[in-house]
Amino acid sequence: MTWWYRLTHRRKMEEQLDKELGFHIEELARDLMARGHTPAEAHRLARIELGGPEQVKEDCRDARGTRWAEDLFQDVRYAIRTLCQRPGFAAVALLSLALGTGATTVMFSLIDGVMLKPFAYRDPSHLVRIHERTDWSTSFGNIWGFTYPDYLDCKQEASSLDMAAWAINRGTLSEPGSAEYLNGIEASHELLSLLGVNVELGRVFLPEEDKPGAQPVAVISHSVWQGHFGGSKEALGAKLVFDGQPYTVVGVLPAAFRMEDDQFDVFTPVGQDTSPGMRNRRVHAFDVWARLRPRASLAQAQTELTLVGERLAKQYPDTNKGRTFIAQPMKPDVGDARETLYLLLGAVTMLLLIACANIASLLLARAVSRERELAMRAALGASRGRLARQCFTESAVLAIAGGALGVGLAALGMRPFALFWPGGLPRVQEVQLNWRVLLFALGVSLVSGLLFGLAPALRAPARHLEQALRSGARTLAGSTHRLHGAFVVSEISLAVVLLVSGGLLARTLLRLSALDPGVNIHNVLTARTALSPATLADPERTRAAWKYLLDQARAVPAVEAIAMVDTVPMREGSNPINYSTVPANVDDGREYPNVLANCATPEYLKVTGIPLRRGRFLTDDDRKATQSVVVIDEVMSQQAFPGQDPIGKPLWLGIAPDPVIVVGVVGHVRQWGLAADDQSKLRAQLYYPFAQVPDKLVRRWSELMSIAVRTGVDPLSLVEPLRRAVRGATGDQVLYEINTFEHLATASLARQRFLLLLFGIFAALALLLACIGIYGVLAYLTSQRVPEIGVRMALGATASAVMWIVLRQSLTMILAGVVVGAAGSWFATRSLERLVEGVRSADPSTFAAMIAILVVAALLASFLPARRASRIDPIKALRQE
Amino acid sequence: MPAKFDLPQGTLDLLILKVVALGPVHGYAIAQRLHQVSRDVVQVPQGSLYPALHRLENRGFLTADWKDTETGREAKFYRLTRKGRAQLDAESASWQKLTEAVGLVLALSEGGAE
Repeated sequence: MTWWYRLTHRRKMEEQLDKELGFHIEELARDLMARGHTPAEAHRLARIELGGPEQVKEDCRDARGTRWAEDLFQDVRYAIRTLCQRPGFAAVALLSLALGTGATTVMFSLIDGVMLKPFAYRDPSHLVRIHERTDWSTSFGNIWGFTYPDYLDCKQEASSLDMAAWAINRGTLSEPGSAEYLNGIEASHELLSLLGVNVELGRVFLPEEDKPGAQPVAVISHSVWQGHFGGSKEALGAKLVFDGQPYTVVGVLPAAFRMEDDQFDVFTPVGQDTSPGMRNRRVHAFDVWARLRPRASLAQAQTELTLVGERLAKQYPDTNKGRTFIAQPMKPDVGDARETLYLLLGAVTMLLLIACANIASLLLARAVSRERELAMRAALGASRGRLARQCFTESAVLAIAGGALGVGLAALGMRPFALFWPGGLPRVQEVQLNWRVLLFALGVSLVSGLLFGLAPALRAPARHLEQALRSGARTLAGSTHRLHGAFVVSEISLAVVLLVSGGLLARTLLRLSALDPGVNIHNVLTARTALSPATLADPERTRAAWKYLLDQARAVPAVEAIAMVDTVPMREGSNPINYSTVPANVDDGREYPNVLANCATPEYLKVTGIPLRRGRFLTDDDRKATQSVVVIDEVMSQQAFPGQDPIGKPLWLGIAPDPVIVVGVVGHVRQWGLAADDQSKLRAQLYYPFAQVPDKLVRRWSELMSIAVRTGVDPLSLVEPLRRAVRGATGDQVLYEINTFEHLATASLARQRFLLLLFGIFAALALLLACIGIYGVLAYLTSQRVPEIGVRMALGATASAVMWIVLRQSLTMILAGVVVGAAGSWFATRSLERLVEGVRSADPSTFAAMIAILVVAALLASFLPARRASRIDPIKALRQE
Repeated sequence: MPAKFDLPQGTLDLLILKVVALGPVHGYAIAQRLHQVSRDVVQVPQGSLYPALHRLENRGFLTADWKDTETGREAKFYRLTRKGRAQLDAESASWQKLTEAVGLVLALSEGGAE
């Protein structure tokens, strides 16, 4: 007879127990009768001899070992019944718990998917990333990409690692299908097998294909396969033209495959690349990923790499002196998403704590009013532990029901929320409701149940039984006053923190939105532009192609002005260079001031509406043959020529040995976005003409160019006409990364706006919960004081005096909460300032405004119980005594 | 009439196992048997007999089924399981050891440490 059988066949067990004991008594009675007792006497004695059948039965039930489960079942039923009796309380408690656990679960599932989960490659714990490191630093730090020769040396000499190098290789896929500009990768043949990628179709590269002169082959992404080959099996062996080169497709990658978080569409073997950079120990273009061989450790790999670094430094002192290689475990790099997620997790945890404090005070109020019931049960033999357990069961039922609702909410809300993330949440495809998340939600529910169940459960064992039984519950109320006060104070203080944080974000957003980006953001379209690969071979042809492209685009109706530029304001991508106001070679490795260089064509000023302060902007007369010129912005003017007229002054830039002449000063553009620019260290800007870019750089520069178009109509309506206009004779010139200035300006505040929205919601919820909490507690405390108030009124207290008694009580709690909350807010706003660009924490007016809102709301919530107290009928109140 | 003893802690289980080992028997008979065999010395608290029986049953030392008695009434008859037999052997052995040891100690004459 198993434990489970005993538990589930309770009635049968009881029947058999009855029968067994009955038999015993009958037999005993018969023996007693045989000794001459009367039947009635015999039965009485038999019962006494057995020791009271009910007591024996209880002991037998205990012996079954199923007691706790039966009690639990009973307690759960009792808890559900009592909850159903108070649907209002149950609804408020469940809803606030569901919101609290739901929100924390969503945050945790995001943190889990985005940060905790390893990469979706085979055995990711053995993957490492290798960088070059120098013992000196440039403005970019001391971590470098690999040169291809360095990679080959490391690969050959490091026996504990399988290594693969790869470099981004963007280009236009012009055949088959319509031309599209794509991100490609040149990779050594080991890369895909090292990551353990299972191709959807075909195969990965063979070692013999990773050599100069081998058959050009490509592995394509799932989306290129679908978009350019119609998802057909015929794609294998088909021809593909990428960046003007024909390749044979040998494999298709699975749809979910990413390099870290990025999708790349065309993979080609790096060994076939014969460009001079491949033999140059100065071209740091490569990423190196590696896998530790079986039984090799990271430390071992690091030692080997250090040895290689030392040898190369001796052998090639020109390029490798002070240079070594470092291996690090490959971990997801998610940028500022990490901080934002932790910030939000902190905020939702506060919300959950407020909900817990709320429920705790309501439950406590109930426990106190049940004091007599519990005392009665204790008097009837229930143990302390048993009563405490019952209270905990009630809290646990509440917590688990709330948690289950919360998980439901989380499951519904997780995806939309993650997709709503500004700028796209990294690794969002990894976010899902898995067992870790469920375990977390269960843990959160149980901990919160424990939190709000603790106070009522600790009260449960009535210590002074007879006192509790004799007196009304109200005489005990004083002892819980302080505990209730503590709950209200913690709720209020948490709400203050959330409110002040939200208010600060709102102020920040208002302030930032009012900032001038430095350009006229209305009606400007920008798009990166890829010339036909065929035109890139010769600088003169490239220049002509650009001129032709601009002319074609200028002819599109509604285009008012058009210019080329390499870096677009508020968009990712910048080109910081060194400069000097005295003759110097600024690339000699010493410290020079930096400036953001923008390469543009003359009409750029007209397109962007940047104001001209002095001199002139670039013109069509600035050509290759004429004096090299630059236009600088106000910030640079201040920085390089403080108190002087910069016009006509020379500047030494890295591009040419001869100085360039400053011909004009323009307004500053908030290049880094509205939020970040003012705090950025690097703000100085200069503009130089595309026409004066040296011939050897024209090709590289052309790969980075965008066009910017000013129009009188909705800029997005120009996209299709412009596309047709710039397509070119070969049909393989494409626009990509299309944006409007307006969108870029909005997007530069997306993080602030997103956080404000969430903190706004959290703060509103916190305020609501705190008000419910203070209302509930005051209503309860006031009802405990009804007789006292009755006496006061009978002795002549006015209604307003009575109201003041109640309000004073609430005001004390509110003020205590505000003091604690203000201290907490100070810390919270400090971390906001650190984590969110543009936030300034020292903002007393926001503090004051938010605290005022809270105090007013809390006083309103206390007003209802206060008024009820003032309308107490003294006669009835005294009779209650 | 000799004085009655309360059973030392834990010995009730051993006595019950021993009585049941003699053959299938119901609760009342166990009580009677204990009473008679101990010549009324051992006071079996009847109230703890049934909880003990049930505990032994749940631990798998005893098994029970319902059968008619010679008087034609249906009663719950307990039998020893193999596990119960092993338990009985183990417990009797340790009981023997204990009583022997206690006996030896008690047999010491005054100053017998010499």
